[in-house]
Amino acid sequence: MKIVVCVSHVPDTATRIKVGGDGKTIDSAGVTFIINPYDEYAVEEALKTKEKLGAGEVVVVTIGSDNCKETIRKALAMGVDSGVLLKDENPRDSLGIAKALAEEIKAQGAQMIFMGKQSVDYDNSIVGQLTAELLDYNCIPVVVKFELDGEKVIAEREIEGGREIVQTSLPAIITCQKGLNEPRYASLKGIMAAKKKTIEEKAAATYTPTSEIIGMHLPAGKQPGRIVGSDASAVPELVRLLKEEAKVI
Amino acid sequence: MTNKILAVLEQRESIIKRSAFEVAHTAANLAKDLNTGAEAVVVGNSVSNIDEISKYGIKKITHLKNVELENYSSSGYTEALVAFAKESDFEVLVISNTALGKDLAPRLSVKLGAGCVVDCIKINVSGNDLNFTRPTYAGKALIDMKLLTSKKVITIRPNVFKAQVSENSQPPEVIVKELASVNLNSKVTEFKKAAGKLDVSEADIIVSGGRGIKGPENFHLIEELADALGAAVGASRAVVDAGWRPHNEQVGQTGKTVSPTLYVACGISGAIQHLAGMSSSKYIVAINKDKDAPIFNVADYGITGDLFEILPALTSEIKKTK
Repeated sequence: MKIVVCVSHVPDTATRIKVGGDGKTIDSAGVTFIINPYDEYAVEEALKTKEKLGAGEVVVVTIGSDNCKETIRKALAMGVDSGVLLKDENPRDSLGIAKALAEEIKAQGAQMIFMGKQSVDYDNSIVGQLTAELLDYNCIPVVVKFELDGEKVIAEREIEGGREIVQTSLPAIITCQKGLNEPRYASLKGIMAAKKKTIEEKAAATYTPTSEIIGMHLPAGKQPGRIVGSDASAVPELVRLLKEEAKVI
Repeated sequence: MTNKILAVLEQRESIIKRSAFEVAHTAANLAKDLNTGAEAVVVGNSVSNIDEISKYGIKKITHLKNVELENYSSSGYTEALVAFAKESDFEVLVISNTALGKDLAPRLSVKLGAGCVVDCIKINVSGNDLNFTRPTYAGKALIDMKLLTSKKVITIRPNVFKAQVSENSQPPEVIVKELASVNLNSKVTEFKKAAGKLDVSEADIIVSGGRGIKGPENFHLIEELADALGAAVGASRAVVDAGWRPHNEQVGQTGKTVSPTLYVACGISGAIQHLAGMSSSKYIVAINKDKDAPIFNVADYGITGDLFEILPALTSEIKKTK
């Protein structure tokens, strides 16, 4: 079986965000880019699934500029067989990304797709569901437990206050949440092997944007508040402030 | 006048959720601003509090009903809602940005040929145009955006848009539509409740613990304060990665982004990825030994001291006020 895992190349979560000169995107000068943390769970689950099946192939797909190859290499070093870079120099909205992914998934003939539940840049968390609807595939988002039994898919997904157990069947897209697994580290051997693996480059499918960013700005900074005290004797005053000033308890 | 705005309401265990009333009220306000009408729809088998909807400015609600929809089904809900929305030609669908809303909104947008914007914290109306503000980078930056399509699917962040109750409301017009069939390609077979009583993403008050709590055996101090306040228990990434707490409690960039009325950070230094996930809380209290900890830069009130001494005192003081 061919398994596709979709990844994205995002600023490290420790990044301090500055607005770029265009006023619409971040200033990426000096920013370290990494594989999207949730996509690591996706790569791990794809590899585990292939190992369990004892046969098959895992292909990593991303969309973006040449810089994204770094993130593809990371997945290859973890054990993914080959990579595809769908080239587009311009940022896309979620539907634009989903359309390019859907085209590639169709071309690959893949029935089982994993991706992170959201990328930690735009935080939309909808690409999996959009891609699935474009392909008429099933989709279970925010998965913390996954099981494939023939054509049958059983997954647990995180929702408010607990977990839903969801049943569906292939072809399916699973979006992965922290807790699903422990992503493996790339071994030295894996890193060396990754250098020999192929990354196919092709133009991403064209699309017409359905949204437009007008501007990006930083949230209004909070004024540092009041230090009420330095030990338990400050507790009554803190409670009074919460009650009478903030009126929150 | 036809209603062009549709509030898609979420029910769990037959009860329409509070976040859905925020959706109803937001839809009613949008309708006013756009000079049109709004109505609501709810999907499920039974709904017990359907009449409450009129308090939030909605006069008409349709219940898409089938016994197979006792539990959530993404395929079943999508099919039923798409058919309903097409039939009445709604232009704007509003949904809450909950697990269900996030799952459903993109699916509806594809099938309706609508643009989709999620997790809005502000909607500006000027003339017939809608502009949306939403957080990115877990709240480290905000973007203003618009949809270029005439049909729109919007999700709004829970706890941000208020559900104001209007006075002297009449009971709503309720239309029950029995669905002949349900698409169950994908369905929920069971719901497993988490051990905690409240989820951080839905709580009004959150008490969170960080590395300063020193070990999982001391987390009862956090839980007791949370109990006294009627709050949810949260945790920092360090604490979750160490295996002290389950990841569904994690607040921050690789956990949940929250905006409760009150956030109490205990023994949390305030790494940038944690701050991103909670600084939009209305009030923040920080308790930390290190007076230089970054958490104090966003806190409204702070105590720079030993949490092992302060937390029990705070818990008993809160109990006294109740």
